[in-house]
Amino acid sequence: MDSQQVKLWESRCIEEAPPACNAACPVHLDVRGMAELIAKGDIKAAYALFCRFIPFPGIIGHLCDHPCETACRRSEAGEAIRIHELERMLSASCMEPPPLRRGRAVEKKRVAVVGGGLSGLTVAADLIVKGHHVVVYETKPELFSRLRSLTALPSSAIEADLLRFENTGIEFLCNRKPDIAMLAEEFDAVYLGIGPQPMPVLAGLVKLTNDDRIQAAPLTLASSHAKIFAGGSHRYDGNYSPIASLYDGRSAALSIERVLQGASLTANRENQGSQPTRLYVNIARHAPLSAIQPATPAQGYTLAEAQREAARCFPCHCLECVKVCPYLEHYGAYPKRYIREIYNNETIVMGARKSNRMIDSCTLCGLCAEVCPEQLGMGEVCLSARQGMVEKGRMPISHHDFALRDLEFSRSEAFAFASHQPGHTESAAVFYPGCQLAGSSPEHVEKIYAHLCQKIEGGVGLMLGCCGAPAQWAARTDLFNATRAEFHSAWSALGKPTIISACSSCYRMFTDHYANVAVEALWTTLERIGLPDHALLKSHPLAIHDPCTTRHETAVHQSIRRLAAQCGVDLIELDGPERTSCCGFGGLAAFANPTVADKIIDQRIAQSTADYLTYCAMCRDNFARRGKNSVHILDLLYPSKNALPRSDPGFSARQESRGRLKKRLQRDLWGKDLHESLPEIDIIISAEVHADLEKKLILLDDIRQTLLHAERSGEKLLDKKNGHMIACHRPLRITYWVEYTVEKNSYLVHRAYSHRMELEMVP
Amino acid sequence: MSSIPPPSSQKEDFLCIKCEQALVLRKVNASYLGSSFQVDLLCCPSCGFVYVPEALALGKMLQVEQALEDK
Ligand code: SF4
Ligand code: SF4
Ligand code: SF4
Ligand SMILES: [Zn+2]
Repeated sequence: MDSQQVKLWESRCIEEAPPACNAACPVHLDVRGMAELIAKGDIKAAYALFCRFIPFPGIIGHLCDHPCETACRRSEAGEAIRIHELERMLSASCMEPPPLRRGRAVEKKRVAVVGGGLSGLTVAADLIVKGHHVVVYETKPELFSRLRSLTALPSSAIEADLLRFENTGIEFLCNRKPDIAMLAEEFDAVYLGIGPQPMPVLAGLVKLTNDDRIQAAPLTLASSHAKIFAGGSHRYDGNYSPIASLYDGRSAALSIERVLQGASLTANRENQGSQPTRLYVNIARHAPLSAIQPATPAQGYTLAEAQREAARCFPCHCLECVKVCPYLEHYGAYPKRYIREIYNNETIVMGARKSNRMIDSCTLCGLCAEVCPEQLGMGEVCLSARQGMVEKGRMPISHHDFALRDLEFSRSEAFAFASHQPGHTESAAVFYPGCQLAGSSPEHVEKIYAHLCQKIEGGVGLMLGCCGAPAQWAARTDLFNATRAEFHSAWSALGKPTIISACSSCYRMFTDHYANVAVEALWTTLERIGLPDHALLKSHPLAIHDPCTTRHETAVHQSIRRLAAQCGVDLIELDGPERTSCCGFGGLAAFANPTVADKIIDQRIAQSTADYLTYCAMCRDNFARRGKNSVHILDLLYPSKNALPRSDPGFSARQESRGRLKKRLQRDLWGKDLHESLPEIDIIISAEVHADLEKKLILLDDIRQTLLHAERSGEKLLDKKNGHMIACHRPLRITYWVEYTVEKNSYLVHRAYSHRMELEMVP
Repeated sequence: MSSIPPPSSQKEDFLCIKCEQALVLRKVNASYLGSSFQVDLLCCPSCGFVYVPEALALGKMLQVEQALEDK
């Protein structure tokens, strides 16, 4: 993976951007965290959090002018959270803020603060914590003198806040009017928080504005004098804002600390101060709620009232993709974190690559990009990670082995086939059913092919094979290229006719990865040439599931809907075709992580109680496997006399059906005389054992080979406890075990399992 | 893997049909993806047929295989 690209992906996930309240608060109080704690009733922890951000919680708790509330997104669904009232409840019920701890500076410096108001004392608090020596000069007899006249602020709150300075070694010099030029000589830095009045006397020392105030840079509060900083109400001319003063103090303290350390004054400060945020919040998910009114407004919220008010906080998060994708939910975080983990997984030098399975569990369905405010697609990330794994030889072989062997089968003589229509030497078009439809309902393939041949002039060729989607999903470029090359030579031999595709995955592959191949979805073709005669003409309402591989194929969606209407089916829309989800087969997720794939299917099939209609064989079979009645559109066009819902044939049957379909077509249409190759043996497997084998990805053919091997070689065990025979066979990379008994001429299979490890007795 | 010795009661229960011999515990070399180690498993003393019970194949053995794949 390219590290620049990774950074770009990471930056597009905005889940870690601050909530609007937090961003609007000049000192970025974690309001969301605080509200969550209050809602839980953990007042102590909420107060401790408040005190971590705010040096004077009593004063701010009573006086804050709360710009956060104007920004709060709750206002778009009811009313803004009364954040300040929550703070007031906290500071009224917890009167003892924790003492400030004096830090230990590597190089202790001396800082003078002129003015014992909110900005000056915030500078003092922040620099004491950093371990510097701070002297505070105040002209009035008391600190916070201006605030003491305000009725909204009980003097006890001021005293409690000032107690935080105890034992910090800070020096308070009240009733003093120091000479600022002298301070600038004597101290390493000076902060002036001297109130709103103009200061013409400082003209010789620092640059002044037109109205004789100290000129201070907005970001750093630096004056023209290298040691002097200024802020607080001096900057704000009448519009007194306690939180703005406190912010000035914090900002100046940071500048002073940087000057004292010789660091850059301006670097990395873009997030400082009140700001908008990039965080996306889907307000529509939340029903409107009005603010909680305190029973006695003068007293503010009781604890219980505050809890209810805090519970109205959404809390703000994006997580749009996580909410729709069970895979993203399964791993407990969100794309920004996943992308980092995936990148670390690739670059790790020693130790286990813990994210391999996570990377291989994405279905590559594209739904996340669809719902993401930044169109970030995790499929792209995972596929690129898979490419890296394959290139470095780090792809766990077991994740995709089964699916790639299935692909191998479809590419082999056993299934691959290409020919003009019988009696034709040219093809106007060629029907490409795809390996999964051929496996799931081979009879449909035969019927629809006959229909196409009847309706389309100029010959309809037939091509059996696999489009290579499994190789592409597994990032096996070598296999994918080989598959494409085979396709191209067979297709060229037919004269490069337009492909009529019956599978949405094939359609996707042809469209995206096969240059110069014209492809049409069978459904559009059918609309043009007309339906077969015996199409079902009435059915109960069906919910339509569009395969994820057709997400943006509007023409296909429309064709399918019109075909369904022609069959008399009333369709129920789920979330619409663009928001469709995967059936778990995409990206080979079902092989790397069946648990996650099943979660994805289960979420999809729970969306409507109606039976489902789809037009991908794998979607249909997977829904059926998880217990949902579902029909393929071809089930409507060729209704079966059997009223029972079609079950999932499973991997074994799909593979065998493919082989048989080819033979049947060759015999019936092309008149080939075919002889059986394998000596057939009669195998009996109960439904229960069959389901177990499907889960273990063991094919009937694996069982057959294992039994034949044991019978031919005589290598087998007898389990004397139950009289079962045990056969074992390792055709290539996997050892298969079959436990069975022979009854008459049949083999009754009790169980089978496999492993990859090779074992050899030490001689 | 060596932490799972097959229960000793099983020893007499399995018979190699070809050699007509009861399986016995023997040292077995287990290897996957270029790593290998030794375990005790039931084997035919004469032809060396190694028996892997299902619980072992789908339990500890699978874990080791997956750990090696992620290494
Ligand atoms: S939708 Fe997902 S990926 Fe996109 S910004 Fe939100 S959390 Fe991040
Ligand atoms: S809803 Fe909660 S998290 Fe969102 S802006 Fe309002 S207080 Fe902040
Ligand atoms: S499974 Fe689909 S929605 Fe989920 S992360 Fe992968 S591509 Fe996105
Ligand atoms: Zn033997």
